[in-house]
Amino acid sequence: MRLPYYPGCTLKTTAQNFEESALASARALGVELVELPRWNCCGTVHALAKDDVMHYLAPIRNLIRVEEMAESGLVDEKRVVTLCAMCYNTLKRANAVVKEDQEKMQKVREIMERENPYGGSVQVVHLLQVLRDLDWSKVADRVERPLKGLRVAPYYGCLLLRPRGFGIDDVDNPQVMERLLEALGAEVVNIPFKTKCCGAYHTVQMKEVVAELSHRILDQASSAGADMVATACPLCEYNLGPRQEEVKKLFRGFAPLPVVYFTQLMALAFGLEEATGFEQNDPDPRPALRARGLLKEES
Amino acid sequence: MSPEPSRLALRFKPENASFKAKVAELSGEEIDLCFQCGACSSGCPLTAEMDLLPSKVIRYVQLGEEAVLESKTIWVCSTCFNCEVRCPRGIDIANVMEALRQLMLRKKYDRVSLDALEPEELRGLPQIAIISNLRKLTA
Ligand code: SF4
Ligand code: SF4
Repeated sequence: MRLPYYPGCTLKTTAQNFEESALASARALGVELVELPRWNCCGTVHALAKDDVMHYLAPIRNLIRVEEMAESGLVDEKRVVTLCAMCYNTLKRANAVVKEDQEKMQKVREIMERENPYGGSVQVVHLLQVLRDLDWSKVADRVERPLKGLRVAPYYGCLLLRPRGFGIDDVDNPQVMERLLEALGAEVVNIPFKTKCCGAYHTVQMKEVVAELSHRILDQASSAGADMVATACPLCEYNLGPRQEEVKKLFRGFAPLPVVYFTQLMALAFGLEEATGFEQNDPDPRPALRARGLLKEES
Repeated sequence: MSPEPSRLALRFKPENASFKAKVAELSGEEIDLCFQCGACSSGCPLTAEMDLLPSKVIRYVQLGEEAVLESKTIWVCSTCFNCEVRCPRGIDIANVMEALRQLMLRKKYDRVSLDALEPEELRGLPQIAIISNLRKLTA
Protein backbone atom coordinates (compact mmCIF):
# COMPACT_ATOMS: atom_id res chain seq x y z
CA MET A 1 0.00 0.00 0.00
CA ARG A 2 1.46 3.34 -1.08
CA LEU A 3 0.18 6.33 0.90
CA PRO A 4 1.01 10.01 0.44
CA TYR A 5 3.15 11.32 3.27
CA TYR A 6 3.44 14.91 4.48
CA PRO A 7 6.59 15.35 6.61
CA GLY A 8 6.51 19.01 7.61
CA CYS A 9 9.57 21.10 8.46
CA THR A 10 10.62 19.72 11.82
CA LEU A 11 10.79 16.13 10.61
CA LYS A 12 13.70 17.21 8.44
CA THR A 13 15.67 18.79 11.29
CA THR A 14 15.24 18.18 15.02
CA ALA A 15 12.98 15.17 14.46
CA GLN A 16 14.86 13.23 11.78
CA ASN A 17 14.78 10.24 14.10
CA PHE A 18 10.97 10.41 14.02
CA GLU A 19 10.84 10.37 10.23
CA GLU A 20 13.50 7.74 9.71
CA SER A 21 12.02 5.31 12.22
CA ALA A 22 8.48 5.90 10.94
CA LEU A 23 9.31 5.29 7.29
CA ALA A 24 11.26 2.12 8.08
CA SER A 25 8.63 0.67 10.42
CA ALA A 26 5.76 1.47 8.09
CA ARG A 27 7.62 -0.19 5.23
CA ALA A 28 8.14 -3.26 7.38
CA LEU A 29 4.35 -3.44 7.69
CA GLY A 30 3.83 -3.09 3.95
CA VAL A 31 2.98 0.61 4.03
CA GLU A 32 5.08 2.72 1.69
CA LEU A 33 4.98 6.37 2.76
CA VAL A 34 5.58 8.44 -0.37
CA GLU A 35 6.69 12.00 0.35
CA LEU A 36 4.67 14.77 -1.27
CA PRO A 37 6.56 16.54 -4.05
CA ARG A 38 7.04 20.30 -3.52
CA TRP A 39 5.34 20.40 -0.13
CA ASN A 40 5.42 23.56 1.97
CA CYS A 41 5.16 24.41 5.65
CA CYS A 42 1.55 23.99 6.81
CA GLY A 43 1.76 27.04 9.08
CA THR A 44 1.89 24.87 12.25
CA VAL A 45 -1.31 26.24 13.80
CA HIS A 46 -4.87 26.28 12.56
CA ALA A 47 -6.24 29.74 11.79
CA LEU A 48 -8.91 30.12 14.45
CA ALA A 49 -10.21 33.59 13.52
CA LYS A 50 -13.35 33.17 11.47
CA ASP A 51 -12.45 35.78 8.85
CA ASP A 52 -9.01 34.33 8.12
CA VAL A 53 -8.49 33.00 4.60
CA MET A 54 -4.82 33.68 4.07
CA HIS A 55 -3.64 31.00 6.47
CA TYR A 56 -5.62 28.32 4.65
CA LEU A 57 -3.47 28.64 1.55
CA ALA A 58 -0.43 26.82 2.95
CA PRO A 59 -2.24 23.73 4.22
CA ILE A 60 -4.57 23.48 1.23
CA ARG A 61 -1.71 23.78 -1.24
CA ASN A 62 -0.30 20.60 0.28
CA LEU A 63 -3.63 18.84 -0.17
CA ILE A 64 -3.59 19.84 -3.84
CA ARG A 65 -0.25 18.02 -4.09
CA VAL A 66 -1.95 14.92 -2.66
CA GLU A 67 -4.71 15.01 -5.29
CA GLU A 68 -2.07 15.40 -8.02
CA MET A 69 -0.08 12.45 -6.68
CA ALA A 70 -3.13 10.24 -6.71
CA GLU A 71 -4.02 11.32 -10.22
CA SER A 72 -0.59 10.50 -11.57
CA GLY A 73 -0.66 7.10 -9.90
CA LEU A 74 2.17 7.75 -7.45
CA VAL A 75 0.03 6.58 -4.56
CA ASP A 76 -2.92 4.24 -4.08
CA GLU A 77 -5.06 6.47 -1.89
CA LYS A 78 -5.78 10.09 -1.07
CA ARG A 79 -5.30 9.48 2.63
CA VAL A 80 -2.36 11.72 3.50
CA VAL A 81 -0.31 10.47 6.43
CA THR A 82 1.24 12.86 8.95
CA LEU A 83 3.63 12.24 11.83
CA CYS A 84 3.89 15.61 13.54
CA ALA A 85 0.84 16.30 15.71
CA MET A 86 0.83 19.98 14.76
CA CYS A 87 0.89 19.27 11.03
CA TYR A 88 -1.84 16.68 11.52
CA ASN A 89 -4.08 19.16 13.29
CA THR A 90 -3.42 22.05 10.90
CA LEU A 91 -4.00 20.06 7.72
CA LYS A 92 -7.00 18.24 9.15
CA ARG A 93 -8.76 21.37 10.34
CA ALA A 94 -8.05 23.45 7.24
CA ASN A 95 -9.38 20.60 5.12
CA ALA A 96 -12.56 20.41 7.19
CA VAL A 97 -13.17 24.16 6.98
CA VAL A 98 -12.85 24.51 3.21
CA LYS A 99 -14.91 21.39 2.60
CA GLU A 100 -17.73 22.80 4.68
CA ASP A 101 -17.48 26.48 3.75
CA GLN A 102 -17.92 26.78 -0.02
CA GLU A 103 -17.25 30.49 0.07
CA LYS A 104 -13.88 29.95 1.69
CA MET A 105 -13.08 27.14 -0.72
CA GLN A 106 -13.87 29.46 -3.63
CA LYS A 107 -11.64 32.20 -2.25
CA VAL A 108 -8.78 29.80 -1.69
CA ARG A 109 -9.09 28.59 -5.28
CA GLU A 110 -9.18 32.12 -6.63
CA ILE A 111 -6.12 33.24 -4.71
CA MET A 112 -4.16 30.18 -5.81
CA GLU A 113 -5.27 30.54 -9.42
CA ARG A 114 -2.08 29.01 -10.76
CA GLU A 115 -2.61 25.80 -8.83
CA ASN A 116 -5.09 23.09 -9.74
CA PRO A 117 -8.33 23.82 -7.89
CA TYR A 118 -8.55 21.76 -4.71
CA GLY A 119 -11.20 19.10 -5.18
CA GLY A 120 -11.76 18.43 -1.48
CA SER A 121 -11.16 14.70 -1.85
CA VAL A 122 -8.26 14.30 0.57
CA GLN A 123 -8.45 12.68 3.99
CA VAL A 124 -5.86 13.71 6.59
CA VAL A 125 -4.71 11.02 9.00
CA HIS A 126 -1.97 10.35 11.51
CA LEU A 127 0.28 7.30 11.29
CA LEU A 128 -1.19 5.97 14.54
CA GLN A 129 -4.58 5.73 12.82
CA VAL A 130 -3.08 3.85 9.89
CA LEU A 131 -1.51 1.37 12.30
CA ARG A 132 -4.77 0.92 14.19
CA ASP A 133 -6.60 0.26 10.92
CA LEU A 134 -4.04 -2.41 10.00
CA ASP A 135 -4.94 -4.34 13.13
CA TRP A 136 -2.66 -4.75 16.12
CA SER A 137 -2.15 -8.44 15.51
CA LYS A 138 -0.40 -7.56 12.25
CA VAL A 139 1.92 -5.25 14.14
CA ALA A 140 2.55 -7.90 16.79
CA ASP A 141 3.34 -10.51 14.11
CA ARG A 142 6.11 -8.33 12.73
CA VAL A 143 7.89 -7.98 16.09
CA GLU A 144 11.34 -9.61 16.15
CA ARG A 145 12.58 -8.26 19.44
CA PRO A 146 9.67 -7.85 21.88
CA LEU A 147 10.20 -4.88 24.19
CA LYS A 148 9.91 -7.18 27.15
CA GLY A 149 10.14 -5.48 30.51
CA LEU A 150 10.33 -2.00 29.03
CA ARG A 151 8.02 0.34 30.90
CA VAL A 152 6.71 3.13 28.68
CA ALA A 153 4.37 6.01 29.53
CA PRO A 154 2.44 7.23 26.46
CA TYR A 155 2.06 11.00 26.25
CA TYR A 156 -0.39 12.44 23.71
CA GLY A 157 -0.36 16.16 24.42
CA CYS A 158 -3.02 18.34 22.81
CA LEU A 159 -3.29 18.39 19.07
CA LEU A 160 -3.67 14.69 18.35
CA LEU A 161 -6.82 14.72 20.45
CA ARG A 162 -8.36 18.18 20.53
CA PRO A 163 -10.51 20.04 19.79
CA ARG A 164 -13.59 17.82 19.74
CA GLY A 165 -14.15 16.18 16.39
CA PHE A 166 -10.56 16.44 15.19
CA GLY A 167 -8.76 13.94 17.39
CA ILE A 168 -7.48 10.50 16.47
CA ASP A 169 -8.89 8.93 19.62
CA ASP A 170 -11.03 9.48 22.72
CA VAL A 171 -10.32 12.93 24.20
CA ASP A 172 -10.35 11.74 27.80
CA ASN A 173 -8.73 8.36 27.63
CA PRO A 174 -6.98 7.70 24.33
CA GLN A 175 -5.75 4.13 23.88
CA VAL A 176 -4.09 3.94 20.48
CA MET A 177 -0.50 4.31 21.72
CA GLU A 178 -1.24 1.92 24.57
CA ARG A 179 -2.40 -0.77 22.13
CA LEU A 180 0.64 -0.21 19.95
CA LEU A 181 3.05 -0.50 22.87
CA GLU A 182 1.35 -3.71 23.99
CA ALA A 183 1.65 -5.11 20.47
CA LEU A 184 5.36 -4.35 20.64
CA GLY A 185 5.62 -6.27 23.89
CA ALA A 186 6.22 -3.26 26.13
CA GLU A 187 4.56 -2.55 29.44
CA VAL A 188 2.23 0.45 29.47
CA VAL A 189 2.55 2.96 32.30
CA ASN A 190 -0.50 5.17 32.78
CA ILE A 191 -0.06 8.75 33.81
CA PRO A 192 -2.92 11.15 34.64
CA PHE A 193 -1.39 13.96 32.59
CA LYS A 194 -1.03 12.05 29.33
CA THR A 195 -3.28 14.58 27.58
CA LYS A 196 -2.21 17.72 29.46
CA CYS A 197 -0.37 20.49 27.62
CA CYS A 198 3.45 20.71 27.84
CA GLY A 199 3.37 24.48 27.24
CA ALA A 200 3.79 24.20 23.47
CA TYR A 201 5.22 27.27 21.72
CA HIS A 202 5.81 29.07 25.01
CA THR A 203 9.07 27.14 25.02
CA VAL A 204 10.53 30.02 22.98
CA GLN A 205 10.07 32.85 25.51
CA MET A 206 8.76 31.13 28.64
CA LYS A 207 10.98 28.10 29.06
CA GLU A 208 10.65 28.13 32.85
CA VAL A 209 6.89 27.77 32.53
CA VAL A 210 7.37 24.92 30.09
CA ALA A 211 9.84 23.34 32.50
CA GLU A 212 7.20 23.48 35.27
CA LEU A 213 4.57 21.83 33.07
CA SER A 214 7.00 19.25 31.70
CA HIS A 215 8.21 18.45 35.18
CA ARG A 216 4.69 17.53 36.29
CA ILE A 217 4.31 15.14 33.38
CA LEU A 218 7.79 13.62 33.72
CA ASP A 219 7.49 13.30 37.47
CA GLN A 220 4.26 11.35 37.13
CA ALA A 221 5.98 9.00 34.68
CA SER A 222 9.04 8.53 36.90
CA SER A 223 6.98 7.97 40.03
CA ALA A 224 4.96 5.34 38.21
CA GLY A 225 8.19 3.54 37.36
CA ALA A 226 8.42 4.36 33.65
CA ASP A 227 11.74 3.82 31.85
CA MET A 228 10.76 6.40 29.26
CA VAL A 229 7.95 8.48 27.77
CA ALA A 230 6.65 7.93 24.23
CA THR A 231 5.26 10.78 22.16
CA ALA A 232 4.05 11.64 18.65
CA CYS A 233 4.88 15.33 18.47
CA PRO A 234 8.27 16.98 17.87
CA LEU A 235 7.29 19.95 20.05
CA CYS A 236 6.23 17.72 22.95
CA GLU A 237 9.46 15.79 22.46
CA TYR A 238 11.48 18.98 22.70
CA ASN A 239 9.63 20.32 25.74
CA LEU A 240 9.76 17.04 27.61
CA GLY A 241 13.25 16.06 26.41
CA PRO A 242 15.91 18.73 25.80
CA ARG A 243 14.03 21.14 28.08
CA GLN A 244 14.94 18.86 31.00
CA GLU A 245 18.03 21.09 31.26
CA GLU A 246 15.67 23.80 32.54
CA VAL A 247 13.76 21.32 34.71
CA LYS A 248 17.04 20.44 36.42
CA LYS A 249 17.63 24.09 37.28
CA LEU A 250 14.20 24.43 38.87
CA PHE A 251 13.88 21.08 40.62
CA ARG A 252 16.82 19.91 42.61
CA GLY A 253 17.33 16.17 42.50
CA PHE A 254 15.34 15.73 39.29
CA ALA A 255 16.44 12.53 37.55
CA PRO A 256 16.45 12.73 33.73
CA LEU A 257 13.92 10.56 31.93
CA PRO A 258 14.28 9.67 28.22
CA VAL A 259 11.54 10.72 25.80
CA VAL A 260 11.22 8.88 22.47
CA TYR A 261 8.91 8.80 19.47
CA PHE A 262 6.57 5.80 19.34
CA THR A 263 8.05 4.98 15.92
CA GLN A 264 11.52 4.55 17.39
CA LEU A 265 10.22 1.84 19.68
CA MET A 266 8.49 0.23 16.72
CA ALA A 267 11.70 0.21 14.70
CA LEU A 268 13.56 -1.31 17.64
CA ALA A 269 10.95 -4.04 18.13
CA PHE A 270 10.94 -4.79 14.40
CA GLY A 271 14.69 -5.35 14.49
CA LEU A 272 15.42 -2.22 12.46
CA GLU A 273 18.02 -0.90 14.83
CA GLU A 274 19.80 1.19 12.18
CA ALA A 275 16.60 3.23 11.72
CA THR A 276 15.92 3.95 15.38
CA GLY A 277 17.99 7.14 15.56
CA PHE A 278 18.25 7.04 19.37
CA GLU A 279 21.51 9.01 19.18
CA GLN A 280 19.45 12.10 18.35
CA ASN A 281 17.38 11.92 21.56
CA ASP A 282 18.23 13.99 24.60
CA PRO A 283 18.33 12.56 27.27
CA ASP A 284 19.84 9.44 25.72
CA PRO A 285 17.41 6.50 25.93
CA ARG A 286 20.08 3.91 25.13
CA PRO A 287 21.29 3.22 28.68
CA ALA A 288 17.70 2.42 29.74
CA LEU A 289 17.26 0.17 26.71
CA ARG A 290 20.53 -1.61 27.45
CA ALA A 291 19.47 -2.10 31.04
CA ARG A 292 16.41 -3.95 29.76
CA GLY A 293 18.58 -6.00 27.43
CA LEU A 294 17.05 -4.44 24.32
CA LEU A 295 20.26 -2.97 22.95
CA LYS A 296 23.70 -4.54 22.88
CA GLU A 297 26.23 -3.26 25.36
CA GLU A 298 28.36 -0.42 24.07
CA SER A 299 31.40 -1.73 22.25
CA MET B 1 -4.25 44.86 34.96
CA SER B 2 -7.44 43.78 36.83
CA PRO B 3 -9.89 46.67 37.09
CA GLU B 4 -11.35 47.38 40.54
CA PRO B 5 -13.63 44.59 41.79
CA SER B 6 -16.63 46.91 41.77
CA ARG B 7 -16.58 47.00 37.97
CA LEU B 8 -17.24 43.29 37.83
CA ALA B 9 -20.63 43.79 39.41
CA LEU B 10 -21.69 46.12 36.63
CA ARG B 11 -24.38 45.11 34.21
CA PHE B 12 -23.83 44.94 30.49
CA LYS B 13 -23.72 48.47 29.12
CA PRO B 14 -25.31 49.01 25.72
CA GLU B 15 -22.30 51.03 24.56
CA ASN B 16 -20.19 47.88 24.98
CA ALA B 17 -22.24 46.00 22.41
CA SER B 18 -19.92 46.59 19.49
CA PHE B 19 -16.86 45.12 21.23
CA LYS B 20 -18.86 42.10 22.29
CA ALA B 21 -20.21 41.65 18.77
CA LYS B 22 -16.73 41.94 17.27
CA VAL B 23 -15.36 39.20 19.53
CA ALA B 24 -18.36 36.99 18.81
CA GLU B 25 -17.90 37.44 15.08
CA LEU B 26 -14.15 36.83 15.03
CA SER B 27 -14.36 33.82 17.33
CA GLY B 28 -17.57 32.38 15.97
CA GLU B 29 -18.63 31.62 19.54
CA GLU B 30 -21.92 32.38 21.25
CA ILE B 31 -20.53 34.08 24.34
CA ASP B 32 -23.85 34.39 26.18
CA LEU B 33 -24.11 30.62 26.51
CA CYS B 34 -21.52 30.77 29.30
CA PHE B 35 -23.04 30.39 32.76
CA GLN B 36 -19.74 30.76 34.63
CA CYS B 37 -19.41 27.19 35.81
CA GLY B 38 -15.62 27.49 35.86
CA ALA B 39 -14.90 24.13 34.21
CA CYS B 40 -12.65 25.80 31.64
CA SER B 41 -10.55 27.41 34.35
CA SER B 42 -10.28 24.28 36.46
CA GLY B 43 -8.70 22.29 33.65
CA CYS B 44 -6.48 25.02 32.26
CA PRO B 45 -2.79 24.12 32.64
CA LEU B 46 -1.61 27.74 32.65
CA THR B 47 -3.75 29.50 35.26
CA ALA B 48 -0.72 29.99 37.53
CA GLU B 49 0.66 32.43 34.96
CA MET B 50 -2.63 34.22 34.24
CA ASP B 51 -4.06 37.41 35.74
CA LEU B 52 -7.64 36.51 34.78
CA LEU B 53 -8.98 32.97 34.78
CA PRO B 54 -10.26 31.81 31.37
CA SER B 55 -13.85 31.87 32.71
CA LYS B 56 -13.30 35.48 33.79
CA VAL B 57 -12.12 36.37 30.32
CA ILE B 58 -15.39 35.00 28.97
CA ARG B 59 -17.31 37.03 31.57
CA TYR B 60 -15.52 40.22 30.52
CA VAL B 61 -16.48 39.53 26.93
CA GLN B 62 -20.08 38.91 27.97
CA LEU B 63 -20.04 42.36 29.51
CA GLY B 64 -18.31 43.76 26.45
CA GLU B 65 -15.48 45.08 28.62
CA GLU B 66 -12.66 46.01 26.30
CA ALA B 67 -10.25 46.11 29.26
CA VAL B 68 -9.91 42.35 28.75
CA LEU B 69 -7.49 43.16 25.93
CA GLU B 70 -4.97 44.28 28.54
CA SER B 71 -5.07 40.92 30.25
CA LYS B 72 -1.94 38.78 30.33
CA THR B 73 -4.16 35.71 30.05
CA ILE B 74 -4.84 36.02 26.34
CA TRP B 75 -1.09 35.75 25.67
CA VAL B 76 -0.41 33.04 28.22
CA CYS B 77 -3.09 30.73 26.80
CA SER B 78 -1.29 28.02 24.81
CA THR B 79 -4.29 27.05 22.65
CA CYS B 80 -4.31 23.58 24.18
CA PHE B 81 -8.12 23.20 23.87
CA ASN B 82 -8.46 21.64 27.29
CA CYS B 83 -11.16 24.17 28.09
CA GLU B 84 -12.93 23.45 24.84
CA VAL B 85 -13.45 19.77 25.64
CA ARG B 86 -14.61 20.64 29.18
CA CYS B 87 -17.14 23.39 28.49
CA PRO B 88 -20.67 22.04 29.09
CA ARG B 89 -22.07 24.80 26.90
CA GLY B 90 -19.94 23.93 23.89
CA ILE B 91 -18.01 27.18 23.82
CA ASP B 92 -14.56 26.97 22.30
CA ILE B 93 -12.78 29.29 24.71
CA ALA B 94 -9.55 28.98 22.71
CA ASN B 95 -11.36 30.63 19.78
CA VAL B 96 -12.31 33.54 22.03
CA MET B 97 -8.71 33.89 23.21
CA GLU B 98 -7.62 33.93 19.58
CA ALA B 99 -10.16 36.62 18.69
CA LEU B 100 -8.87 38.79 21.55
CA ARG B 101 -5.26 38.28 20.49
CA GLN B 102 -6.18 39.08 16.91
CA LEU B 103 -7.80 42.36 17.96
CA MET B 104 -4.42 43.37 19.40
CA LEU B 105 -2.20 41.84 16.70
CA ARG B 106 -4.15 43.52 13.93
CA LYS B 107 -3.15 46.83 15.43
CA LYS B 108 0.44 45.86 14.64
CA TYR B 109 1.16 44.85 18.20
CA ASP B 110 3.99 42.37 18.77
CA ARG B 111 3.86 40.54 22.06
CA VAL B 112 7.26 38.91 21.65
CA SER B 113 10.42 39.22 19.64
CA LEU B 114 13.08 36.67 18.78
CA ASP B 115 15.81 39.31 19.12
CA ALA B 116 16.41 38.51 22.77
CA LEU B 117 17.32 34.91 22.00
CA GLU B 118 20.90 33.76 21.60
CA PRO B 119 21.54 32.38 18.08
CA GLU B 120 22.62 29.14 19.73
CA GLU B 121 19.27 28.77 21.48
CA LEU B 122 17.31 29.69 18.36
CA ARG B 123 19.11 27.02 16.34
CA GLY B 124 18.21 24.33 18.86
CA LEU B 125 14.48 25.04 18.74
CA PRO B 126 12.22 22.97 16.48
CA GLN B 127 10.79 25.07 13.62
CA ILE B 128 7.25 24.28 14.71
CA ALA B 129 8.03 26.02 18.02
CA ILE B 130 9.29 29.19 16.38
CA ILE B 131 6.66 29.42 13.68
CA SER B 132 3.71 28.76 15.99
CA ASN B 133 5.12 31.20 18.54
CA LEU B 134 5.32 33.96 15.93
CA ARG B 135 1.94 33.08 14.46
CA LYS B 136 0.30 33.38 17.87
CA LEU B 137 2.18 36.27 19.40
CA THR B 138 3.27 38.67 16.66
CA ALA B 139 1.47 40.87 14.14
S1 SF4 C 1 -6.77 26.73 25.49
FE1 SF4 C 1 -5.89 28.38 26.72
S2 SF4 C 1 -7.46 28.90 28.20
FE2 SF4 C 1 -8.03 26.93 27.34
S3 SF4 C 1 -7.19 25.44 28.78
FE3 SF4 C 1 -5.65 25.75 27.18
S4 SF4 C 1 -4.29 27.36 27.95
FE4 SF4 C 1 -6.17 27.40 29.20
S1 SF4 D 1 -16.63 26.01 30.89
FE1 SF4 D 1 -17.93 27.12 29.42
S2 SF4 D 1 -19.78 27.62 30.59
FE2 SF4 D 1 -18.23 27.05 32.10
S3 SF4 D 1 -17.28 29.01 32.66
FE3 SF4 D 1 -16.04 28.18 31.00
S4 SF4 D 1 -16.90 29.07 29.13
FE4 SF4 D 1 -18.42 29.37 30.76
